[in-house]
Amino acid sequence: MGRFERQIILPELGREGQQKLQSARVLVVGAGGLGCPALLYLAAAGVGSIGIADGDRVAISNLNRQVLFGLNDVGNPKASVAKHYINERYPDIQVEAYDRYFLAKDLVEILPGYDLLIDASDNFATRYMLNDAAALFEKPLVYGAVYKYEGQVALFCAGEGSANYRDLYPLMPEPGEVPGCAEAGVIGVLSGIIGTMQAAEAVKWITGIGKTLVNKVLFYNLAEQSFYDIGLTSSDEAQKRRPATTEAFLKTDYAFECVSGIDIGWNAAMLMAEQKPSVFIDIRELYEMPRWTNTECLEIPFSQLIQKKNSVFDSKSIFLFCQHGIRSQPAAVELRKVLKRDNVYSVTGGVKHPDSPVK
Amino acid sequence: MKTGFHTIKMFGILAEKTGQHVLTVPLMADTDQLTAWLFERYPQLEGIKFTLAVNKQLIHNNTPLDEGVEVALLPPYSGG
Repeated sequence: MGRFERQIILPELGREGQQKLQSARVLVVGAGGLGCPALLYLAAAGVGSIGIADGDRVAISNLNRQVLFGLNDVGNPKASVAKHYINERYPDIQVEAYDRYFLAKDLVEILPGYDLLIDASDNFATRYMLNDAAALFEKPLVYGAVYKYEGQVALFCAGEGSANYRDLYPLMPEPGEVPGCAEAGVIGVLSGIIGTMQAAEAVKWITGIGKTLVNKVLFYNLAEQSFYDIGLTSSDEAQKRRPATTEAFLKTDYAFECVSGIDIGWNAAMLMAEQKPSVFIDIRELYEMPRWTNTECLEIPFSQLIQKKNSVFDSKSIFLFCQHGIRSQPAAVELRKVLKRDNVYSVTGGVKHPDSPVK
Repeated sequence: MKTGFHTIKMFGILAEKTGQHVLTVPLMADTDQLTAWLFERYPQLEGIKFTLAVNKQLIHNNTPLDEGVEVALLPPYSGG
């Protein structure tokens, strides 16, 4: 009895299809609600090489849908935990964990080494960046996204004339225009269904079986248990909207503006700081240790900060941090009011957070 | 005066804001007229981003509407 016997006996798949799965290299960006179920089935199907990219750590509120993780994993990096899960069960699968949020430069470096990309991310900035990278490097992209009880799945950039995400939505929504899972909520099993459909599209594309969702977007509604598919064509407008060269891609400002809440993790804050003018402000008293020796970081106890107002910071994004993130949260709320703008954040967990660069 | 109707399917936040997944609307000349009509009837849709499909095919420009065609309003989803 072979491990893949039940799928090898499918005449459309066969030994040849299994060999294709074994040789395939799949990169999954996002090891969350969509990434977990997709990874489970890609690994079980025998995809030989899997990359997992996620800069986030497991939080307890992830567990309703991120089925690779358990209570013991809370606080650990998602990509590494997912790699460990797969390695333990299938030691013959080669798994690479990237415990960071990918930037354009990461994709330029890493995507060419893979055959297929899965967008299991949770924000528009990453979605547009992955789409543009897939179009640029001509890698098929299995797209999936969810909203409350509804989901979308598609296969983009799958060869000549194949439509991509910008054919559906040419431009990135403004920050806060569309709520994400954290604000809107999502039912766990929906992420499971959409992520599993993404794995199905990947397996179909790799083995050549069935009809893929190329030039289509499938809308799924869990509450109504209904499907609706839309035909797409590759358009000139989409072509114009995306960077045409690697240089242009690297210069594109994907501006991770989709952080709409006031709380931000260290990794996301550092990422945002690389993308746009930003300042970190240590609002602790000067005697509180350890200090951050970073030229980008100002040390202004909060009582003094409020009095400085606009003069010092122009329109820069401001990341406030303290010892544990307890003082910076209300401080960010207060500073948003004083400065009358939204790009002021509180860094979760402060300098004591495991991701903190302040040692 | 044209008679007849169109079926409008709404997804995501649009269905949520209108409380309807499906609407039947009087005959409209084209998609611009339809969206203007919808914004008037459902001012809560103003400012929400979406694209349109006519008979399950995505459109990028104003498109004439024949009797009986189905129009879908498709907002982007970001969640994962």
